[in-house]
Amino acid sequence: MTDALRFIDDRVSAARPVRKALRYVFPDHWSFLLGEIALYSFVVLVATGVFLTLFFEPSSDTRIYDGAYAALQGHEVTAAYDSALGLSFDVPAGLLMRQTHHWAADVFVVAIVLHLVRIFFTGAFRKPRELNYVVGVTLLGLAVFEGFLGYSLIDDLLSGMGLAIAYGVAMSLPVIGGDVAHLMWGGEFPGTAILSRLYIGHVFLLPAAIATLIALHLTLIVRTRHTQFADPPADERHVVGTPMWPGYALRSLALLALVAGILFTLGGLVQVNPIWQWGPYEPWLATNGAQPDWYLGWLIGALRIAPPVDVVIGGYTVIPNPFWGGVLFPAVVFGVLYAWPWLEQRFITRDRSRHELLDAPSDNPRRTAIGSAFFAWVVTVFAAGAADRMFLAVGVPYTTQVWLFRGAFFVVPLFVYVVARRALRVPDGRPQGG
Amino acid sequence: MRRLWRAIVVLVAVVFGRRTRAEPPPEPPSLEEGVPFERETGAAPRVELVAAALLVASAVPALVFAAGVLAGAGTQLLGAGLGAALLLIGAALAVGANRIVPRERAIEDRPQLGDPEARAEVRQRLGMVGEGVSRRRLLGAAGLTAGAALTAAVVAPVTALGPAVGDSIVDTPWKRGRRLVGEDGKPLTAEDVAPGTFVTAFPEGADKRELGSPVVLVHEDPVTLRLPPGRADWAPEGIMAFSKICTHAGCAVALYRHPKYEPTSYPPGLACPCHYSVFDTRTGGRVVAGPAGRPLPQLPIEIGEDRVLRAAGGFSGPIGPSWWGVRKA
Amino acid sequence: MRATALALLLVALLAPPAFAQDGRALFEQGCATCHGDGAQGRRGVAPTLHGAGAQSADFYLETGRMPLANPTDEPVRTKPAYTAAQRRALTRYIASLGGPEIPQVTPERGSLADGQELFASHCAGCHQIQAQGGVVPDAVAPPLQDATAVQIAEAVRVGPYVMPAFPESQIDRHELDSIARYVLSTHHPDDRGGWGIGHIGPIPEGMIAWLLAGAALLIVAQLLGERRPA
Repeated sequence: MTDALRFIDDRVSAARPVRKALRYVFPDHWSFLLGEIALYSFVVLVATGVFLTLFFEPSSDTRIYDGAYAALQGHEVTAAYDSALGLSFDVPAGLLMRQTHHWAADVFVVAIVLHLVRIFFTGAFRKPRELNYVVGVTLLGLAVFEGFLGYSLIDDLLSGMGLAIAYGVAMSLPVIGGDVAHLMWGGEFPGTAILSRLYIGHVFLLPAAIATLIALHLTLIVRTRHTQFADPPADERHVVGTPMWPGYALRSLALLALVAGILFTLGGLVQVNPIWQWGPYEPWLATNGAQPDWYLGWLIGALRIAPPVDVVIGGYTVIPNPFWGGVLFPAVVFGVLYAWPWLEQRFITRDRSRHELLDAPSDNPRRTAIGSAFFAWVVTVFAAGAADRMFLAVGVPYTTQVWLFRGAFFVVPLFVYVVARRALRVPDGRPQGG
Repeated sequence: MRRLWRAIVVLVAVVFGRRTRAEPPPEPPSLEEGVPFERETGAAPRVELVAAALLVASAVPALVFAAGVLAGAGTQLLGAGLGAALLLIGAALAVGANRIVPRERAIEDRPQLGDPEARAEVRQRLGMVGEGVSRRRLLGAAGLTAGAALTAAVVAPVTALGPAVGDSIVDTPWKRGRRLVGEDGKPLTAEDVAPGTFVTAFPEGADKRELGSPVVLVHEDPVTLRLPPGRADWAPEGIMAFSKICTHAGCAVALYRHPKYEPTSYPPGLACPCHYSVFDTRTGGRVVAGPAGRPLPQLPIEIGEDRVLRAAGGFSGPIGPSWWGVRKA
Repeated sequence: MRATALALLLVALLAPPAFAQDGRALFEQGCATCHGDGAQGRRGVAPTLHGAGAQSADFYLETGRMPLANPTDEPVRTKPAYTAAQRRALTRYIASLGGPEIPQVTPERGSLADGQELFASHCAGCHQIQAQGGVVPDAVAPPLQDATAVQIAEAVRVGPYVMPAFPESQIDRHELDSIARYVLSTHHPDDRGGWGIGHIGPIPEGMIAWLLAGAALLIVAQLLGERRPA
C-alpha cells in the first residue's frame, strides 16, 4: 500500500491533498446527515437506473403485446410500455430494480425537502453560503423535474395523463406557450417524438446537470466548511467535529449502506407504480384518481383549486387557466425559496455579516414563523390535490372541499404565522432574538 | 421470547449506541489543528465480535439474492435479500465507526474568505487587456454584434424540434360527411347511442391518437336542450357529440353523469377526472364547475338515411387546452 | 296419494299470489312513501318503477341501496335491510310491473384482455382503472370490490343513480361477460411487486415515502449522528 501511495505521489503529488482530506473535520449533528441521505439516494438512482437503461426502449413505435400479463394480451402498446412490462415480468430482478429506482426517486425528494427545512430553520443559508443555497434549491427543482420525466417515460395510463397536463401547462405560457409546447412535443400532443426526448433528458442531460451541481454543492461546503451549532469549543472561527478518517468516512459508508438497504427492501416488499394494473396510455382514455408522484402533488392541488379564469385581452388569451396553478404558483414558491437569503437580510435581520454558527429555530422567531407559514401554505395546496380521495374517505362533497381549500389557501398561512410567533415568545412576553 | 427481545435491544444499542454528550466537554488542552483533542480507542471484545458477526451474517442474504437472481426468484425474496445484506453491512460499519476504530474529535480553523489584495491584482490584470488599444469602442461594438449574431445562430437549431402551433390544432380530421366509428372501427348508428349512455367515437379512417379525433356521444331528451344559437340542428334526436379532450389541460373527458331521476340527484354532465371540470351537455358544453376556461367544443351531427351518424361540419371551437391564439383561431 | 298431489297442486297454484301479495305488502310498507302506492313514482321524490323490472329491483335490493332513508341521499352499498326471502318477494312484485329480467352473465366465458379494454374506455373514468372507486362531482362512483358478476351486469344495464346505462346494442352479452371477468379480477390483482397499498397509485406511495422511509431514515440519522448536549 505504501508503495502504491509513493508511486502516485511521486507523479501527481497526491499525498498533500489526501492528507488534508483525511484531517478534514465534520461537525457531528444528526440533522447534518439529511443531505447525505439525499446524495446516497441519488447513488442508488444512478446504479439502478443504469440497469434499467439496458432493457428499456424509449420508443413510441407500437406493437401487439404478447407477454406474461393476461389482461393486456393482444393490446396495441408502445415499445416503451412493452419494455417496461418486460422489465417487470421477465427480466431477472427487473421489477426489483424498477421499484427500487422509483422508491429512491420518491425518497430523494423527501430527503432534499427535509434537508431544505433544516437549512432554512437553522439559517444555514446566510453569508457566505447564499450561493450554495441557490445551488441546493436548483437541485430540488431538477430532482422534481427528473422524477417527472422518469415516470412519464413508461407511457402508462397514469403518467400519460400527466404528460397531457404538462402539455396543457406549457400551452398556458403567455404569448409563447403554444409554440413552446409544440416545440417540445414536435407538434400537437401526443405525437411520436416525446418519449425519446424525455429519455435523453432523463438518462443523460438531467443526471449530468444534477451530478455537476452536487459536485459544486459539496465543493462549496468544503470551501467554507460546514456550519454547526454553537456548542463550545465550536465558534465562528473554528470547526469542531470528527475527522474524515477513520470516523466520518466509516459513518458515511454506513449511511450509504443503510440508505441503500432501506431502498432495496422497499423495492422488494412494497409495490410501487404497478404499470400493468394501469394499462397503456391512449389520449381518449382516463382513469379516476389519477395523481402525479407525491412531489408534484402541490401542482395538481393548485390546478384544481384555481378559479375558472382565462385572461382574454383583445381576443388574445393572454393567460390560459392552467397558468395559475401550473406556472405561477410554482414560480412564486421557488422564487421565494431562491430569494429568501436576500429577503431576510433586507427586511428581517438587516445582517450582512458572516455566520458560521447555526440558529436554533427560536433564535429567529420571525424567520421561523414565516417559514412555518410558507411550508404550511404549500402543504395545504398538496392536501387540496387529494380532495377527491378525501371525499371518498370522509364524505365532504368535492365541490365543497374546493371552496374550503380556496379559503384555507389564505387562512392557513396566516394562522400558522400567528401561532408560531406566539409559541416563540419568551415567558416574560418579549419575543426572543431578532 | 423475552430473551430474543433482550438480545435485539442489546444489539441495537451496541450497533447504534453513540455517545450523547450529556455535559459539555472539558476545556480542550490544545486547539491545535490536526491534533485530535479527544481520543478514545479500543473496543470491548464483544463489540468487535458483534461487528464480525454482522459482516458474516450479511453474506447469507447477499448469497440468497445472488442465487435468487440466477434462479428467477420473486421480487420480495430478492428485495429482502439484498436489502438485508446492505442493512447488516451498514450496521457493521456503524459499529465500526462508533465503537471500534479510534473515536476522535478535532478542531480546524475556518478558512479566511475574501482577499482584497488578490482581487485588486485580478482586476488590474484583467483590465490590462485594454492597454494600448486605441479603438476600444469600435472593437467592443463589433464584438457585441458578432456575439449577438452567433447566439442567434447557436439557438436557431432548437426550432428544428417542432413547428409553430399555427393551425395544427384547428385542423382536425372532422369534416362534413365523415362517418363516426367506434373503437372497433365500425360505423355508429343512432341506435347505438341509447338515451342515457355515452359512447367514444372517432372519425372513420383517421388516426385515433390525433388529439382532434376522439369525441364522446351522448343522447339526451331533445326537449331539455338549450343549445347556443346556431346549433339548433347539431343534435338530431337529442344525440350530441363533443370533443373528448378537456379544454383545461388536455385529459380525456371520460366521466359522464346521467341521472336516473334528476330531481334528487344531478343534471347530466361530462366531467374530466384530472381537475374535475364539469361541462353541461344541454347547453352545448358550457363549463359549470372546475377550472376549465372554455366550453367543451361540440361537433355537429347528422343522422343519414341509413341511420349512420356523420359529422355535419367541424367543431364549434378549437379542441384541447387553451393557448394565446385559441380565441382567434 | 291423489289427495296429497291435489293438495300440493293447490298450494303451488295459490302460493305465487300469496308471495306476490307478500311482495306487494312489503312494498306498501317500505317503499310506497317515496315511490307511490302503485309504484307509479312521486314527483320530485322518487321515480316510477313500472318498467324497472327484476333487473333494477334485484340490483338495488341485493346491494342494500334501497330502501333509502332520504330521497336526496346517494344510494350506496349497505347491508340489506330485508331478508333474502323478502328481497326476492319484492323483486317479483316489481318484475310484475314490467321491465327487464335479471341479466345472464358468465364471466368465465369472457375475455380478460377484452374486459380490460372495455373497462378502461367505459368505466375507468369514474370507477378507476382497478375498480377502486372515484368521484363524479359530487357523487361517488363506488369501488367494485364487493360486486358479484350479476350485480356488475345489472349496474351496467340499469345505470343506477348518475351512472350511464349501457344496453345490449352497445355492450353485448359477450362483452358484458368480459367486463365482469375483468372486474372480478380486480378483487385479486397481480401484486407481484409486494404490498399493494390500495392500488390507487401515488397518494399511498407518497405516504410510504414520508411515513415509512422518511421516518426510518430520520431514525437512522439520529442513531448514527450526535444529538446536542442537553
